[in-house]
Amino acid sequence: MATASIQVSETPLVLYALRRADDALILGHRLSEWCGHAPALEEDMALANMGLDLLGQARELYSYAAKVEGNGNDEDKFAYLRDVRQYRNLLLLEQPNGDFARTMVRQFFYAAFADLYWRAMMKSDDTTLAAIAAKSEKESAYHLRHSSEWIVRLGDGTEESHARAQAAIDDLWAYTGEMFHIDDSERALIDDGIAVDPATLHPQWFKTISDVVSEATLALPKNDWMQQGGRSGRHSEHLGHLLSELQSMQRTFPGVTW
Amino acid sequence: MATPNTLLWEVFIRSRNGLAHKHVGSLHASDATLALQAARDIYTRRGEGLSIWVVPSSAITASDPSEKGMMFEPAESKIYRHPTFYDVPEEVGHM
Repeated sequence: MATASIQVSETPLVLYALRRADDALILGHRLSEWCGHAPALEEDMALANMGLDLLGQARELYSYAAKVEGNGNDEDKFAYLRDVRQYRNLLLLEQPNGDFARTMVRQFFYAAFADLYWRAMMKSDDTTLAAIAAKSEKESAYHLRHSSEWIVRLGDGTEESHARAQAAIDDLWAYTGEMFHIDDSERALIDDGIAVDPATLHPQWFKTISDVVSEATLALPKNDWMQQGGRSGRHSEHLGHLLSELQSMQRTFPGVTW
Repeated sequence: MATPNTLLWEVFIRSRNGLAHKHVGSLHASDATLALQAARDIYTRRGEGLSIWVVPSSAITASDPSEKGMMFEPAESKIYRHPTFYDVPEEVGHM
């Protein structure tokens, strides 16, 4: 790695925007890994489309974080010149693609949450965040619909697809709790009417996923032990590998453009 | 890269200023819902459409290319069927 990482002054609002931006970038990057490898050409396009939606969300949120921070950072520096411990995304979203069922379950868990989250954020007192949310909500709504349709077909499909979908649900379940966790920094923004309180979204999220999972003849785990750490930079071993690929060009040839 | 069991669908898009749905291509999907989503993802990425139809390709009855002489050539000599021998009044507008 030839280029040093940037320093970020993580005021509550900068941190808040970075967390959402990192969610979108990391999941978007994961989806981009399917490009050329999806089970069918049609799904290859669908996955890339969702990835591009998320990349667009990330760009707007990074740009806003840069503007709020005012330290000369920009969207590219946030994406390419932060180390793994500076990333603030949910652990769920950095989990490897695995098979198609696992990718869809990850998408489904997150989209069911993100759609509610953006819809709530449209009422934020921060007009930039409200505008980003209004655009993102339409995208997440489609991600939810698309992934839901697949969950039903995989779960209620063949013995093989059912087993794979159930295994993905069981393995990823422990990462879903982090979506609803907040810290003091975020609590202050919630009290100011800027941030969304994710706890208020949990009942609807749980209903959405329960309905789809049950239609799919699958089951949600009873286990409610939840993994955390992504929001404060404590990541699974997978994120470092992802970033080494995502950042390799800028780290090797600083400032390169084409 | 379709699996043998995946159905073929024909896709029709009505564009922003278009009056009718037009055939734009085909795709593979296992059912109508997924076909509609795939059509959205493949054929409306650049803002092409406001409405999509998907139709199972098997539902289309097509003319036989080998019969095109019998089917279409008789019409070629009937130039009087083209509305080029009289003036359309302006009030009629677009026909």
